[in-house]
Amino acid sequence: METPDHNEMPPLSLVVPEPEVRPGDQPDFSRVEIPRAGTVRRPPVDADPEEIRDLAFTIIRVLNRDGQAVGPWAEALEIDAEALKEGLRHMMTLRAYDARMMMAQRQQKTSFYMQHLGEEAISCAFRRALNPGDMNFPTYRQAGLLIAGGYPLKTMMCQVYSNDQDPMRGRQLPVMYSSKEHGFFSISGNLATQYIQAVGWAMASAISGDRKIAAAWIGDGSTAESDFHAALVFASTYKAPVVLNIVNNQWAISTFQGIARGGSGTFAARGHGFGIPALRVDGNDYLAVLAAAQWAAERARLNLGPTVVEYVTYRAGGHSTSDDPSAYRPAEESAAWPLGDPILRLRNHLIAIGEWSEDRHAQAEAEILAEVVATQKEAEAIGTLHQGLRPSPADMFDDVYAEMPPHLLKQRHEAGF
Amino acid sequence: MARMTMIEAIRDALDVAMGADPRVVVFGEDVGYFGGVFRCTAGLQAKYGRTRCFDTPINESGIVGAGIGMATYGLRPVVEIQFADYMYPAYDQIVSEAARLRYRSAGEFTCPMVVRMPTGGGIFGGQTHSQSPEALFTHVTGLKTVVPSNPHDAKGLLLAAIEDPDPVIFLEPKRLYNGPFEGHHDRPVKAWKAHELGEVPEGHYTVPLGKAVMRRAGQAMTVLTYGTMVHVALSAAEETGLDAEVIDLRSLLPLDLEAVTASVGRTGRCLIVHEATLTSGYGAELAALVQAECFWQLEAPVRRVAGWDTPYPHVHEWSYFPGPARVGAAMRELMEVV
Repeated sequence: METPDHNEMPPLSLVVPEPEVRPGDQPDFSRVEIPRAGTVRRPPVDADPEEIRDLAFTIIRVLNRDGQAVGPWAEALEIDAEALKEGLRHMMTLRAYDARMMMAQRQQKTSFYMQHLGEEAISCAFRRALNPGDMNFPTYRQAGLLIAGGYPLKTMMCQVYSNDQDPMRGRQLPVMYSSKEHGFFSISGNLATQYIQAVGWAMASAISGDRKIAAAWIGDGSTAESDFHAALVFASTYKAPVVLNIVNNQWAISTFQGIARGGSGTFAARGHGFGIPALRVDGNDYLAVLAAAQWAAERARLNLGPTVVEYVTYRAGGHSTSDDPSAYRPAEESAAWPLGDPILRLRNHLIAIGEWSEDRHAQAEAEILAEVVATQKEAEAIGTLHQGLRPSPADMFDDVYAEMPPHLLKQRHEAGF
Repeated sequence: MARMTMIEAIRDALDVAMGADPRVVVFGEDVGYFGGVFRCTAGLQAKYGRTRCFDTPINESGIVGAGIGMATYGLRPVVEIQFADYMYPAYDQIVSEAARLRYRSAGEFTCPMVVRMPTGGGIFGGQTHSQSPEALFTHVTGLKTVVPSNPHDAKGLLLAAIEDPDPVIFLEPKRLYNGPFEGHHDRPVKAWKAHELGEVPEGHYTVPLGKAVMRRAGQAMTVLTYGTMVHVALSAAEETGLDAEVIDLRSLLPLDLEAVTASVGRTGRCLIVHEATLTSGYGAELAALVQAECFWQLEAPVRRVAGWDTPYPHVHEWSYFPGPARVGAAMRELMEVV
């Protein structure tokens, strides 16, 4: 192209990315290139990052349309049918829990809720790749880590209700869980902050000569935060034993992923600039998530350093109970999402291998719902946001410091406690 | 006892802490091999190895964020921000995370971390090597904020900060690194070796957080101050001949309110002195507390001498820095009110 004279150049114009469709339009995912299941190679965990750059631009998939687990990632998987059924149960429990808590929010039993609809496979499957003592630094949309880790559902509900049995004593917004015992770091409302903290935790494990690894979590939108960059720099510099997970559910509240991604192609590809190997995975494929998580966790445990893993999924529900997605995207878009529903896909796989049936699935669904409802009644019997037993306001002044300083003691007295 | 500069005292504190506790790790920009741009970590990497004392990428949020992760794991990180003026990228991690972690997790996760940062002016540091951002920390619930004024306290306070279970912001007046400074920029610089507070005990000792100390007993007025301004206030008291009681707060939060009210209750007059800008500075909190606690003993309005409400200028250093002349004038005016 010949460069024209300065004065003849057209005026500059700003590029503002826009999703292809808006409310009223026909959903269109034709731009999402989806390779057939089983076609993406599985390199050894000690592969040179330079040699596996292609894995950041494809999608690792295990389950095909017939529900069969195929390809090299399937072959390397360490999981039996019983564990898969348990995994299915975790996802179904999370979905039922979400539905009940969404309803509870509408009934004003709590102020707020955020569901995982469509993203259940990611946190539920990933949890299986961790060992006791490993630590997740989750966002607000990885409660599957708790459910798959055996954290009591009732305690989760008590947190959402901010009642007397809430371990956070009603100080935190609903869904901001915390459990050191279950390897689940305290959730913060400030996005991306935990990403670099996970790297620091992993560095501490390495400094201490330990065998524990960390898992960092972030959404597609929050990769734009400075702490995402900080985490990748530190992880890269110190080869920290951390899995840097990116959950790309296409949406950051109302903002489509192109606003955060720009022209970078994929979020996984961001790892390459830091010399960190990156995988891009079908986030609605329980087996693919597990296979990628095991690969990345093994790399970390072998002191081979960090891995970036992008899970390609779709946020089927609203951002939160305070959000109405029909204001910015087509209502039918989630149904058109080409990677389908993670629960149905694992169900179909288990049926295909003769370990499950539609009847058993319906039965399990009813059982799980009954269990969740019964647990919900127990939690509500303790208290909800406006009723029942709630933490004492005297608690409000505890834990600001290890020991209450005189000025806080004075304020507590002033408040009447 | 040994004679030390404040730099040596800080390094000695880190050495003592690292020697006693393998959980103590020290890192920041240029902190490792080079030993810090102010030499506060010199020799520590050679003595304790690269995984105990190391250089970081230039990313303040990363330094503090990684420190929080390490503290959560069970280490005792002592991180350095090269200048307090450069802490702003880390402010989200400090305010939203370090300070809140214990509270939001109901004690499940804690952050025993120290963030060291050189602070203050008087060195021709211009806008970004002179700031005193302490009020941005004292306003944050969950943080402790400490400012030493001499080598003895610097070591004892730093050791106390490292052992403290809560996050501590440790502000080191860089003007005091090599010697005491009374604000007389036109006189030869002094060295700590000639100063009694340059005497630093060997080995382990602590100066407790939350305890002020009286640097000069007096009857006429109370001067509440910290850091470099302690020396300026002492000098102004000598030069004016006014019998001022000078209180070195040392800890801004928690504050030794008892020491403050005991002194002001006795003298009936209170002058607050800090380098930081006036409006909404830490002096406003002190003034409000003194007014509330000592109202019936006060014989004059509480007065503040502080940096002007401007960014810290370069060429106007000595018109900006609240030196002994300005502090002395305020002392005299405070005595004129009957």
